[in-house]
Amino acid sequence: MEMSKETNDTVNKEVFEEKEYSTLNLGPTHPATHGIFQNVLKMDGEIIHEATPTIGYIHRAFEKLAERRPYAQITPITDRLNYCSSPINNMGWYMTVEKLLKAEIPKRAQYHRVIIMELSRIADHIICNSVIGVDTGAMTGFLYIFQWREKIYEIFEEICGARLTTNIGRIGGFDSEWKKSTWDKINAFIAEFPKALTEFSNLLERNKIFMDRTINCGPISAEMALSYSFTGPNLRAAGIDYDVRVMNPYSSYEDFTFTVPVGTSGDTYDRFMVRQHEMWQSLEIIKQAIKKMPEGPMHADLPDFFLPPKEQVYNNMEALIYHFKIVMGETDIPKGEVYHCVEGGNGELGFYLISDGGRTPFRLHFRRPCFIYYQAYPEMIKGIMLSDAILTMSSMNVIAGELDA
Amino acid sequence: MAKSPEGIEGPGFFATKLEDVIGLARKNSLWPLPFATSCCGIEFMATMASHYDLGRFGSERLSFSPRQADMLMVMGTIAKKMGPTLRQVYEQMAEPRWVLSVGACASSGGIFDTYSVLQGIDKIIPVDVYVPGCPPRPEQILEGVMKIQQLAEKESFRRRESPEYKKLLNSYGIE
Amino acid sequence: MRLKVSDLKSQNLKSIMELLNQVNEKLNANFAGQVVSAEMLYDFPVFTIKTEAMHDVLKFLKEDAELNFHFLTDLTGMQTADEKQLGVIYHLHNMPKNLRIRLKTFMDINKPELPTATDLWPAANWMERETYDFFGVRFKGHPNLKRILNVDEMDIFPMRKEYPLEDQERTDKDNSMFGR
Repeated sequence: MEMSKETNDTVNKEVFEEKEYSTLNLGPTHPATHGIFQNVLKMDGEIIHEATPTIGYIHRAFEKLAERRPYAQITPITDRLNYCSSPINNMGWYMTVEKLLKAEIPKRAQYHRVIIMELSRIADHIICNSVIGVDTGAMTGFLYIFQWREKIYEIFEEICGARLTTNIGRIGGFDSEWKKSTWDKINAFIAEFPKALTEFSNLLERNKIFMDRTINCGPISAEMALSYSFTGPNLRAAGIDYDVRVMNPYSSYEDFTFTVPVGTSGDTYDRFMVRQHEMWQSLEIIKQAIKKMPEGPMHADLPDFFLPPKEQVYNNMEALIYHFKIVMGETDIPKGEVYHCVEGGNGELGFYLISDGGRTPFRLHFRRPCFIYYQAYPEMIKGIMLSDAILTMSSMNVIAGELDA
Repeated sequence: MAKSPEGIEGPGFFATKLEDVIGLARKNSLWPLPFATSCCGIEFMATMASHYDLGRFGSERLSFSPRQADMLMVMGTIAKKMGPTLRQVYEQMAEPRWVLSVGACASSGGIFDTYSVLQGIDKIIPVDVYVPGCPPRPEQILEGVMKIQQLAEKESFRRRESPEYKKLLNSYGIE
Repeated sequence: MRLKVSDLKSQNLKSIMELLNQVNEKLNANFAGQVVSAEMLYDFPVFTIKTEAMHDVLKFLKEDAELNFHFLTDLTGMQTADEKQLGVIYHLHNMPKNLRIRLKTFMDINKPELPTATDLWPAANWMERETYDFFGVRFKGHPNLKRILNVDEMDIFPMRKEYPLEDQERTDKDNSMFGR
């Protein structure tokens, strides 16, 4: 018996050592990678043995660009970080500057900000979840749920004029009250979206084919997720309930009651379900914000950052000078350094700002969640098949703009 | 329904120029290669979806393989690191091919006047139609596609072998 | 109506001050002379540590049962205003107690080296590569210290102040009009 076991072991060892791996370039342009990043895969047939990622194909030098621009002009750059939910990035940047200025924002403006941020969170999760569906072959969900993104875009357009890269709001709040048509659209959205989301859920959530493909596909344990500094839905799917809105509340999130969905095994199905539930919770938050909306001004009293009303600009010398200085970006910010984080669509989006008292930042660093958690991707796909690796990547919601900055 | 070209009609036959028929066929079946890199790619996804359907212009089948595509839609910022890849994809496409540059970043570098961004893809490949915007609305992308359709309809057979076209490609270093 | 601009109303500002004192005491007890400064900036305790002790301080902060800064939020670099030093900044987070802390260290720009943090947190891998790519800080012991975001052939460290933002090979923009 022992001798045959030894012979067996020798035979197996030889077979193992003779295996040849093939190299597959999952190149920068690939239909399934949503965004451009390259993975050179070492494969044994269909199973992935090792992966070497290369990123930087859309590096646009945001941090250096930000050192050149006055504070109000940096907002368009922050738009293009996670461009699926750009209002969250904008608001995060405004809150960072307001922290540096130690400004107090009126409650009404904060509630409006919450409504915008939750709408954009819904938009981001719609893309991610419908694209997970597309990667498993279910095109229908994508085609029909995108209609609701158009409705969200219309709401953004009413407020700021742009659909995708919004540059919404101002440092200190919003420039004016929202029109009645905006509120009509928001109320119509809240009334009709639950039905569409239920349809989308019925398509995929308990669908046997979808569940078979996504359960146990690319799992990650909670300890590994924490050591790779995961945040956001990916970490919550692994079991840790870390949400910046709950832990370090900003912009009056402490006034709202909502649950934070948490998964168990960190696989693709858990990530999908966490995002689905977050969409439902976002709808709840928007409803609460509309119900409890306080009265008050829409912007903080920051004459150095906020354009004065036009009647005063045409009649009053001081207002004219302020207007000129603000538009030309000549306002000086106090010296200091501050770190502020918000819960973006993908996790903790942090802004580390060092100001030396001038009109542009001395150093601005974006703590980008995608960049940090994508490092774990080669570990997560070891030993699984190629199509499952594609699904894992799309369920992690890697946005190229946030990856490379 | 597409408009039929001018020709002589009779019972059981229709005589027209070959170029018109080929132009009609090409124009209504342009298969795009969506080279989507950043934010403009999301607007392209909105264009493909049901609200602004691109499929009704004949571009129902997106081809990610350059050998099977007619129209290269470059959407989003092209960094210098990505330039060689874009060039390779363009060279692999078979004639006739058209290039649509969607967005300010692809047309001229956009707001990113930095050391790492290619200031316009026309530095490395010849472009047919530019669609400005940051990002352009889906209607603008559709108009860009329609302009390519007009180019495809009116193009003569011999254009791709003509010396002017070869000179254009040589100026980019493409054989 | 003029609104009062008030100090940062963090409900646990008092506990953050306590944390500052606690960490300060522990660091001074275990790493005497290596703590250059300890201050409170807005709502963050910020410690500047000498470069040689940085790795040990990080390990201590991570593994100490009471302090338990187990999560690395961010790792980035900077160049000082006089352009003679490079700094590396770490943001750490203790999630169970919800406490955050910032650590900084500065090195001479001609010899910017310090030990890597990848053995403590695998997340530091790409963050250190990014800091190397932008500023040229060398992390000793890093498994794969190569450029990550810029092209591999680049030989300058673009975030340093002496290098320009714009593409220098551009011929179609008129510098006198664009104020570059």
